[in-house]
Amino acid sequence: MAGRFIEVERLGKQYESVAPGTPPALDAVTLAIDQGEFVAVMGPSGSGKSTFMNVIGLLDAPTSGAYRLEGQDVAGLTTDQAAHVRNRVFGFVFQGFNLLKRISASENVALPMVYAGLGRGERRRRAVALLEQVGLARYADAQPNRLSGGQQQRVAIARALANHPRLILADEPTGNLDTATSEEIMGLLTVLNRESGVTILLVTHEHDIAQHAKRLIRFKDGHVVHDGPVTREAAA
Amino acid sequence: MNLLAVVFEAWRSLGANKLRTALTMLGMIIGVAAVVLMLAVGTGAQNQVNRAVSSMGSNLLVILSGSTSSGTLRFGSGNAPTLTTGDAEAIGRLANVQAVAPTFPGGAQVAYGINNWGTQVLGVTPEYTTVRDWPVESGDAISETDIRSSTRVALLGSTVVEKLFDTEDPVGKTIRIRGQPFQVLGVLKKKGQSLDGRDQDDSVLVPITTAQSKLFGNRFPGTVRFMFVQAVSQEATSAAEQDITLLLRQRHRIQPDAEDDFTVRNLTQVAEAASATARILSLMLGAIGSISLVVGGIGIMNIMLVSVTERTREIGIRMAIGARQRDVLLQFLLEALMICIVGGLIGIAIGVGGAYAVGQAMKIEVAFSAYVMLVAFGVSAVTGIFFGFWPARRAAALRPVEALRHE
Repeated sequence: MAGRFIEVERLGKQYESVAPGTPPALDAVTLAIDQGEFVAVMGPSGSGKSTFMNVIGLLDAPTSGAYRLEGQDVAGLTTDQAAHVRNRVFGFVFQGFNLLKRISASENVALPMVYAGLGRGERRRRAVALLEQVGLARYADAQPNRLSGGQQQRVAIARALANHPRLILADEPTGNLDTATSEEIMGLLTVLNRESGVTILLVTHEHDIAQHAKRLIRFKDGHVVHDGPVTREAAA
Repeated sequence: MNLLAVVFEAWRSLGANKLRTALTMLGMIIGVAAVVLMLAVGTGAQNQVNRAVSSMGSNLLVILSGSTSSGTLRFGSGNAPTLTTGDAEAIGRLANVQAVAPTFPGGAQVAYGINNWGTQVLGVTPEYTTVRDWPVESGDAISETDIRSSTRVALLGSTVVEKLFDTEDPVGKTIRIRGQPFQVLGVLKKKGQSLDGRDQDDSVLVPITTAQSKLFGNRFPGTVRFMFVQAVSQEATSAAEQDITLLLRQRHRIQPDAEDDFTVRNLTQVAEAASATARILSLMLGAIGSISLVVGGIGIMNIMLVSVTERTREIGIRMAIGARQRDVLLQFLLEALMICIVGGLIGIAIGVGGAYAVGQAMKIEVAFSAYVMLVAFGVSAVTGIFFGFWPARRAAALRPVEALRHE
């Protein structure tokens, strides 16, 4: 085995645009995540949890330390290779859904397959199947803005699943949703983790939401201040 | 990502903002249409001039006899009886001269049946029709025999035929010139307007000897008013001009310090000047069109830049789900290219239609060439790539995290 699924060592991120002397957004973060884990990342705003998520998702580059994905140091990846990893290995779910408004739900779901080079018929078939999986088969041809927030987030989850990812990065996925809908979305992610073995990295600041995960990592001022199994006390 | 999918994506995204796409395209349409229209008008004018130029005949010199003076009154060139048929024969023997056509013109009333018409009657030799590149369309040409025996025969220009004959074939008929009967030998091919706009077909050709002795009673037998001289080649025209001047000064026994009693004019210079003017006109029109094309291109760049800014978040989303830089680059480049290609095609259609309408309305000639349209189309495509590249590059160079954070 080349190594663990995700392994970061003394990972640091210092933004260039901030005033000198500002503490780094990430400071010497060292941890590892295995395949199949369901990890909640918590912390107050500015604690570095979103930065951590972006670095893990290859949307942003760290300024120091090492990040190994399946044993391979990602610092050596070209932008195209990073795009390939985002396309094939990761799936993203955002707080603001981030669906393209002018194309239908099924086309949104199919978009990652476009970049993976799948044919038109195949894309459509898979997109419809994924929408069915998230309970939205009826809305395949609907424009995203005709759907409710919960429905849009489920479309986004279907899109994240498009190319059979091994890791889903969910950044405050319930931040814009009411409690009942949040529970639905978390139920969906839990099922994915349990039944398909997809690793889930969930950033949230809501304790109830973090309860769905099995492991909790808490950030503060760019440091990891807690890393352990989710318990009522730990999440509180 | 396959190309078809990118093309489709670009098409969709253009369709999503129809008004903006249409307005951007309008810039391109106007640019291409302007180029096509201007060049069509310019080329048409050039063709018209070139035809008038070549209707003079090629590599021509004109020799006019000198002026006369009566007391203090000085008449213009061509009035002094200084040029003779003998001069013409001598010039014809020069090495740089292909042919010479001495001419004796006059005005006369011509009549056939109840029709009559005042026209120009030219006394000419058989060389005239070759030198002026003016072939006989039907019937026979004037022959050496006609010259020797001063026969009363005539070749009619097409305008004269129109005025005198309704539907009859004029060949073989007898017309009257200044009351004298002339047999119509043949009809000349239609020649059109001269450079100065005269109708060249409004003339009658007769043997020069007939004109000299029978039509325009001449006090100085054997003289001619002017001659057309055709040089052996375009390059030889200047040499021929010098040779003729030397020869005529010798033949006319002109003292070294005395003025020429004739004038030699090089018509190729006139022709070149006319062609150059037409070419410059055509170039200028093309330049004006090209400027509108550039303005249209800048419009595209402007819109594409706005579009990149406006769609930064979309670019971020696409990158997050696996779009490579080149996918983003290609998408924006294709959007610009599509605007240009579709706009270019519409522009060509409008340009052709517009040029045709202008041609009809202003009664001028317009000329289209597949070449011009290919160039206009190519230029619009290149404009698309050129002006689309920078915005596309900017889009592709965005960092995913920053693009996603964009509101």
